[in-house]
Amino acid sequence: MTLAERLERVKGIVLPTLTGHFGEGMLTHAEHRGELSISVPRERLVELVRYLRDEPALGFTMLKDICAVDWNRRKERFELIYNIWSLDNSIRLRVKCFTEEKSPHVDSLTGLFTAANWYERETYDMHGIIFDGHPDLRRMYMPEDFVDPNSGEPLYPLRKEFPMMGVPGSMPLPERN
Amino acid sequence: MNINSSATLERVYDLRQRKILSKIIDKDTTISLEGRDPLENTMVLNMGPQHPATHGVLRVLLRLDGETVEKCVPELGYLHRGYEKLGENISFHEFLPHTDRLDYLSPLSNNVGYALAVEKAAGIETPERAVWIRTLISELARISSHLMAMGAMAMDVGAVTMLLWTFREREKLYDIFEKICGARFTTSYTRIGGVANDFTPDVLPMIRKFIEEFPANLRDFEGLINRNRIFVERVSGIGVITAQDAIALGLTGACLRGSGVPHDLRRDEPYLMYDQLDFDVITYSDGDCLSRYLTRGDEMKESVKIVNQLLGRIPSGPTLADDAKNVLPGKTEIYTKMEELIHDFMLINFGVQPEPGEIYSAIEAPKGELGFYIVSDGTGHAWRMKIRSPSFCNLQALTPMCEGSMISDVVAIIGSIDPVMGEADK
Repeated sequence: MTLAERLERVKGIVLPTLTGHFGEGMLTHAEHRGELSISVPRERLVELVRYLRDEPALGFTMLKDICAVDWNRRKERFELIYNIWSLDNSIRLRVKCFTEEKSPHVDSLTGLFTAANWYERETYDMHGIIFDGHPDLRRMYMPEDFVDPNSGEPLYPLRKEFPMMGVPGSMPLPERN
Repeated sequence: MNINSSATLERVYDLRQRKILSKIIDKDTTISLEGRDPLENTMVLNMGPQHPATHGVLRVLLRLDGETVEKCVPELGYLHRGYEKLGENISFHEFLPHTDRLDYLSPLSNNVGYALAVEKAAGIETPERAVWIRTLISELARISSHLMAMGAMAMDVGAVTMLLWTFREREKLYDIFEKICGARFTTSYTRIGGVANDFTPDVLPMIRKFIEEFPANLRDFEGLINRNRIFVERVSGIGVITAQDAIALGLTGACLRGSGVPHDLRRDEPYLMYDQLDFDVITYSDGDCLSRYLTRGDEMKESVKIVNQLLGRIPSGPTLADDAKNVLPGKTEIYTKMEELIHDFMLINFGVQPEPGEIYSAIEAPKGELGFYIVSDGTGHAWRMKIRSPSFCNLQALTPMCEGSMISDVVAIIGSIDPVMGEADK
């Protein structure tokens, strides 16, 4: 199956059902290289994903991945990407929403998928996005005290302002003998 | 400011321990044994990060009531090298060797997965022979990874002979890999647009010989422990996860198929040559450690089937795409032709420049779904490179699998999940 055929199949299954349920205005979709992404306002993210999971004709029962993208020049700085898979239809779909820079909050999906637990922890660790309703929002990889030694602010390594070489003093090292 | 003083270190240590311990110790739990019956208390056991059965640097904190695991908290990050950050700062060609270090037990399939992702982003077509080579090496990598998984799991529960036997077979595969690309572990064999070099004439006879002998050897392995009561009773009914839970946890690979869900990207989202090949998706329905173990064993037989089909249809032709703007030219051309020299200079300095947009490309790696999500802004390096690593997602099932089981089952469960920390920690 070529990429174009795959895209037509995904669009044929997903778009009529979604516009039928949510109407025209709320969702926007984009396509690139045979992949479909759906953007949604972040207040309605959980509602949309719940519908995608529970509607029998769609059946997106697997959450494959969550990640964030830092668009540092935009007002809505962080974009969240949810990669979901439908076992019944064998199709993949990306759901996206934006969140702002000052207080990057978004609702947690842990109530819908247990898999979201670690994915959201990783995204919090790397980008500093707060997932409201997450039961255990700790850092995944970095140590809990990974802070700027001068300001005391927590550091998030995948934000664009974080330097490639790291921040000196942010990781305490053993003393030299 | 002197951050390195021992007082700071002590404070940091306290903070970390408190945060981790507070996860597993409730207010009413006490680990002090003074004046009370020790058997009435729960205790906290720290397993790893340096523990032979945790397959690398996985740290697991366990709260035990006698020998029963009451709570299990995995801690990751001991091998975090920031590959996603690196991917945003170096060109697509430069990132390729780093994919070897993700799942270091099957570097060839990581190379293939990454090359496919960049080619999808940049819209590069690969020649038929390169696609054939990639399919072949992916299956050989699957066999070598599953051999390691079976051997290590058997060793974790006490059957050390198994590991020595599977290592012997794996050695032969690594000899083949060495012939193919000159390296045994860090292969970096694929290139964007194809593979680094064609097979030398002695590679195919080696593969044929291995594939001919392998089924009999596999039967020997299975004869060794598959009907061994000690082994079977040690792993069957242990670490059970239902199909529903496995789907909700986003498990992939043998962990999902061991729970009876027939999801395999080779069939569900075919890439390379898999839509032209005949193979079965193996499932076992019990969802326990034995099911996952048996799934891997049978998948190797399917891989042998696939390799045999591939060896029956060998295409000829170039192994690198003819696309001067994206594919690195060969050294002979660079040294003799002006145009190729210019292209090489441009590619090394500015890299492949996919048009702006985002792609996600995934392959069925031995451990599960290995995906690369690349956001391109039209420059020579990715704006965002997210690695969806199967070991990370599968490890999340450790907590539900371990809680309620015995402490000696934990090693069997970790072995059956088959995590590779290089990939889980990125």
